[in-house]
Amino acid sequence: MQKGLEDQLGLYQKRIPIFTRSVKGRFRRFKTAVLVLAYAIYFLLPWVPWSRLDAPAQALLFDLPGRRFLIFGLTVYPQDVIWLALLLFIAAILLFFVTGLVGRAFCGYFCFQTLWTDFFIWIERKIQGERPARVRLYRQPWNREKILKIGSTHALWLLASFWTGLTFVAYFTYAPQLMVDFFTGKAAAAAYITASILTLATYAAAGLMREQICTYVCPYGRFQSVMYEPETLAVHYDAKRGEGALGRAVVRAGRGIVVERRRAGARAGEAVAAERRHASVGAGQRALAERHEKGFGDCVDCGLCVQVCPVGIDIRDGLQYKCISCGLCIDACNTIMDSFGFPRGLIRYDSEKNLALPTPAAPKVQWKRLKTIGYGVALVLMSAYLVYSVATRGSFDRAVNQIRQPLYVVLSNGDIRNRYQIRITNKAAQEQTYVISARGIPADALDLGNFREITIKPGHSGLVQASVRLPPAVAAQTKRFDLIITPQGKPAEANTESVRFDTPGKRP
Amino acid sequence: MSEQKLQSQTVQTTGHAWDGDLQEYNNPLPVWWVYTFYATVVFALIYWTIYPSWPFGKGWIGGVSNITYVNSEGETKTHSWNTRALLMADMNKAAAAQKPYFDKVQAMPYEQIAKDPEMSGFILSAGKALFADNCAPCHQAGGQGVVSFFPNLTDDDWLYGGSYEVIHATLMGGRRGYMPAFNEVLSGEQIDQLANYVASLSNIGHDAGKAAAGDVLFRSETAACYYCHNSDGKGRKDIGAPNLTDNIWLWADVLGAESDEGKVSSIRGVIATGLNKGVMPAWAGRLSPEQIKVLTVYVHELGGGQ
Repeated sequence: MQKGLEDQLGLYQKRIPIFTRSVKGRFRRFKTAVLVLAYAIYFLLPWVPWSRLDAPAQALLFDLPGRRFLIFGLTVYPQDVIWLALLLFIAAILLFFVTGLVGRAFCGYFCFQTLWTDFFIWIERKIQGERPARVRLYRQPWNREKILKIGSTHALWLLASFWTGLTFVAYFTYAPQLMVDFFTGKAAAAAYITASILTLATYAAAGLMREQICTYVCPYGRFQSVMYEPETLAVHYDAKRGEGALGRAVVRAGRGIVVERRRAGARAGEAVAAERRHASVGAGQRALAERHEKGFGDCVDCGLCVQVCPVGIDIRDGLQYKCISCGLCIDACNTIMDSFGFPRGLIRYDSEKNLALPTPAAPKVQWKRLKTIGYGVALVLMSAYLVYSVATRGSFDRAVNQIRQPLYVVLSNGDIRNRYQIRITNKAAQEQTYVISARGIPADALDLGNFREITIKPGHSGLVQASVRLPPAVAAQTKRFDLIITPQGKPAEANTESVRFDTPGKRP
Repeated sequence: MSEQKLQSQTVQTTGHAWDGDLQEYNNPLPVWWVYTFYATVVFALIYWTIYPSWPFGKGWIGGVSNITYVNSEGETKTHSWNTRALLMADMNKAAAAQKPYFDKVQAMPYEQIAKDPEMSGFILSAGKALFADNCAPCHQAGGQGVVSFFPNLTDDDWLYGGSYEVIHATLMGGRRGYMPAFNEVLSGEQIDQLANYVASLSNIGHDAGKAAAGDVLFRSETAACYYCHNSDGKGRKDIGAPNLTDNIWLWADVLGAESDEGKVSSIRGVIATGLNKGVMPAWAGRLSPEQIKVLTVYVHELGGGQ
């Protein structure tokens, strides 16, 4: 049996805590910008007012009791479920498309698990300090300081989680009223249940489980690996450049290169700080030339890329399934490279294909592949269809059902009568009157009983029973005719439905 | 499991030794299992407290959770939790939600109900449910009836009249359609003549000679058909005697017969044996006045009324 396999086979492995070091750089700025934007949208959207005649003045309201979604000027009814299907399809294709081009960009920058974890780590750092302080706090025995710092961190996490949960609930009911009701104990039971489940889930996922969600729970992260191609850009460590012929080498302050495997990260940090004082571009190039002469790579083995990693991996081990492609190690490495005066990009976005070349070219997005173009075309087509479908939506819905019990009735003078039930749903924001007429049958054949026209409130449905009576000779000639439903004053929106007419002779 | 692991564990025994050297391994349950078991015990205790659990004397321990509802008499009923009370609570809640509509139906005149889109929608859905529960066994789900048994409610022929008031009276008091058997007083030839005459009234192929004789017989005191069906054959609505001149046939399966002879023969059968099966029960007392009013409007709408 392979040595050490037993450890790997353990069903449950204790989580090794990860204390990430904060870092500055392009990717960090981008991530922060996305975080701020996403939070601004998520937390503020339920509070945006939007004046409506027949519903609370909330721009985005998922009105479940009313069976409708109010999205700014658009009202979505259950029968518009095709839009949801399209939206989900577009989201899936967008994920495939982006992943094929630039890897797990969704995971690294946009996923709510990443965003909330990032925010929770920010809280942790503000209270407990930078990485070394947090490691020290973790190792020290429980005392007043530790209880206070850890306790307040968890309290803030819970508060943030609670606000996350409550905000979610606010999308489903009028937010200002919810705030009053929720804290006076008058809100619906569903509101309390949802808010508490989401509070606990957010606290557990972003505070306690973090990278374990991505590694063990999330299916999307795992199946995105399947979409990687040799041309896909991903966060890579340029091993050829970093390792050279003999491997990495630590830099010691004032003493040039020392051939020594690094033992402790903290010492490297000191060395970096000291070296930074001496470094200049010229000195950097000289140092680099010296390293290359001795056969060492460009990696100074400072370990910063590992320290900043939110999933606790070493990117220098190569592309791996745990990597969420957040780019923080790129920022970390570039900072170090700058301080030494070495060229940037030892860790960078690049493709496996390019890295395998003897002299890698400058990395660029490669989209000229069948799969990528196919995803792109599907994305454009479906988005266009969704926009078209929403833009050309009718102001009402209609369903005409022929009454089947019985399909036809022979009347006392031998005429044939068929009956139809017409359901009209008013999807407009104001009351509307609808006029029903027929085409393809004599003018007096259509009997609408008491409703030649029907007025329906917004969001409501109206039922009209129509009956059509034809003499046997005409009935024999009539297989179908058209029912036309016209909103009064809007002839352009008229809707025609072709319906059957059944007679005794036409029985199958 | 590797060998090293097994060797590294010292084998636990229960500590007893029988017959000098007989020992029993101690293999404790997994910890997670034990805790799950404790959790189920705690769950059971909580469950017993909330819901009915144990038989006790002639009754049972009801638990602390209650179901309260207001029944149709307006009394507030409280039971310890049980599924029947849950059903009653749901039913009474649904009835309370329908009540405003039924009250409105009761307060409005028929014509106004039919013209109000909201009430009309209520009639269509509530009436359909009431019809399905009470009327559909005979008149069928769509009201189309069964030839020779139950009248079709969707056509424009109303035996007793199709106004709201008459339909209401029919529902309240029920109906009994009756025609005597004429083979007791008439000869087979006379019955044949009458059948041909009745066929001629609605332009069914017939023997003109027999029909002419039947025409005389129809208005004679021998057969006395005109007593109920009137001398023009259009029937008397006050006693539900059908109109013989139209294309609607309830008792004789004229529309189902292929040949003219078959049609005449089916008419002959009805004249000969008469009818004593046109019975509709009275619904007053079985359904509430509001329900009967809803059904009145619903049935009126089925065939377009009169």
